[in-house]
Amino acid sequence: MSADGPIPETADVEPEELVGKDAPTQPRFRPTRTDAPLAAAPAPPGASAVEARPGMSVKLEKLRAFYGDAEQVKGIDLDFHANEVTAIIGPSGCGKSTMVRCINRMHEEIPGAHAEGSVLLDGLDVYGSSVDVVAVRRAIGMVFQKPNPFPTMSIFDNVAAGLRLSSRARGDLRPKVETALRSAGLWDEVADRLSEPGAGLSGGQQQRLCIARSLAVEPEVILMDEPCSALDPIATLKIEELIDQLKRRVTIVIVTHNMQQAARVADRTAFMLGGELVEVGATQEIFTKPSDPRTEEYVTGKFG
Amino acid sequence: MIARGTILTATVIALVPLMLIVYYLLRKGLGSWSTNFFTTDPTGNTFFKSSSIGGIKSAILGTIEIVALASAISIPAGIAIAVWLVEYGKRSWFASTVRFFVDVLTGVPSILFGLFIYIVLIVGTGSTYAGYKGSFALALLMLPVVIRSAEVILLLIPGALRESALALGAPRWRVIFSIVLPTALPGMVTGVLLAIARAAGETAPLLFTAAATLKTNFNLGQFMNSLPVQIYTDVTSPTTAVVDRAWGAALTLVVMILLLNLIARLVSRRSRLA
Repeated sequence: MSADGPIPETADVEPEELVGKDAPTQPRFRPTRTDAPLAAAPAPPGASAVEARPGMSVKLEKLRAFYGDAEQVKGIDLDFHANEVTAIIGPSGCGKSTMVRCINRMHEEIPGAHAEGSVLLDGLDVYGSSVDVVAVRRAIGMVFQKPNPFPTMSIFDNVAAGLRLSSRARGDLRPKVETALRSAGLWDEVADRLSEPGAGLSGGQQQRLCIARSLAVEPEVILMDEPCSALDPIATLKIEELIDQLKRRVTIVIVTHNMQQAARVADRTAFMLGGELVEVGATQEIFTKPSDPRTEEYVTGKFG
Repeated sequence: MIARGTILTATVIALVPLMLIVYYLLRKGLGSWSTNFFTTDPTGNTFFKSSSIGGIKSAILGTIEIVALASAISIPAGIAIAVWLVEYGKRSWFASTVRFFVDVLTGVPSILFGLFIYIVLIVGTGSTYAGYKGSFALALLMLPVVIRSAEVILLLIPGALRESALALGAPRWRVIFSIVLPTALPGMVTGVLLAIARAAGETAPLLFTAAATLKTNFNLGQFMNSLPVQIYTDVTSPTTAVVDRAWGAALTLVVMILLLNLIARLVSRRSRLA
């Protein structure tokens, strides 16, 4: 398991070939950002632990997703603005999770599943023929429904895992791990027990550990698939506060069943039904004066 | 009450032969244990005084050598096959075919593995018995046990764990080596131990592959003694002292497997905590 092969960087890819029509002239992935702070300075009280920086936008074009022959996502066009939180709401089975899993190409990991259309990350199609799927997933992190720290690893190793697994563990990992844990609001709780198993933390702490784990690889976008559905209200509140901080640095897409949560955290909200996008707009608009009657029925609790 | 009574009775009845085996092993086997028993080779002088028959040193070392080589072949190969089946093959027709043949292999009587190696490596090459040929026969016997047990454990690893590692931008092989295998390790140790224990106690695959001999031997290319074969030849002897040596050898084999179990359990428990 030594002999790490050269990891193809998408930056090597010819931009002309991959750029969408309306993309900026020099789009590229920035899997490692040289301008990112290596170690966070001790934060003054009340200040955010999250360094602000521009994130990347995501644009879905005619995205369709299939399980075998069954079409689960039926041609979606949707923009996720940089450094904004976009919530995806809709009843169970409407294709929210599937759509989100297409963005970092996790959908294709399911046997028999495939996606069509394009997902443009700052103009670069992540489904382009010469794009490395591994680089896509480094640029677009993901937090899952159930907290799932790696059971054999300590808290420190869990956060460092992303760097180690993608063969980017050069030099001292401590500052990066600390920055990630601070950004996830977990540092103060675990600083003195970094070598203890990650599975020993509470559910909410585990989920923040998973967020720290995805932050450590410095992604541009973070996808959250119902990140609070297994947590109690207090842990949920902490994650929501965290989301509010993190958008200073990354673009966030959050799938949620909880409409109050969408209303609390999201700048924009998209409503999906039966694999199609019904409506997308500013969160307040979606919840107060939606333009589509189906959205109104859903947000007022008439179905779902 | 009736159901509980019946089940309890059945349990006691099932325990009786087990306890008897342990009792006889200890009573008859302990009698022949002595320093000499472990430090000398069998002499072959079985019709004279009991003091001249020798011990079982060559059999103990032979079993360790043969089983070590068999494990070195079958454990990596078996785990590799199990990983392929679970992580790559999944439900493809080729994976199903492999699974079918593994199941068939599990049910094959052990003597057939010995016969197969005998025909291919001894008759086929016109050569004679050797320790490593015994190892090959045992490796074939262990392979399906290792594959099946490792596969079951790998299937228990939650898919969410693989997904979260993949979503961090880890290549699939990295996910397997750094996440899946370490998580599965404690469980796989049990299956591997079962395979080793089964192989260490097999006589039939060794009879006409490694043969029986008297001298201690560290060259797997030569004839090699082993505990099961030693027991087999001793038990058929008319001399009481030699039959007693078979009991001693049997107890030795059981204790060796027990020790291996204990060590592996300690090791896997420690690795889980780390």
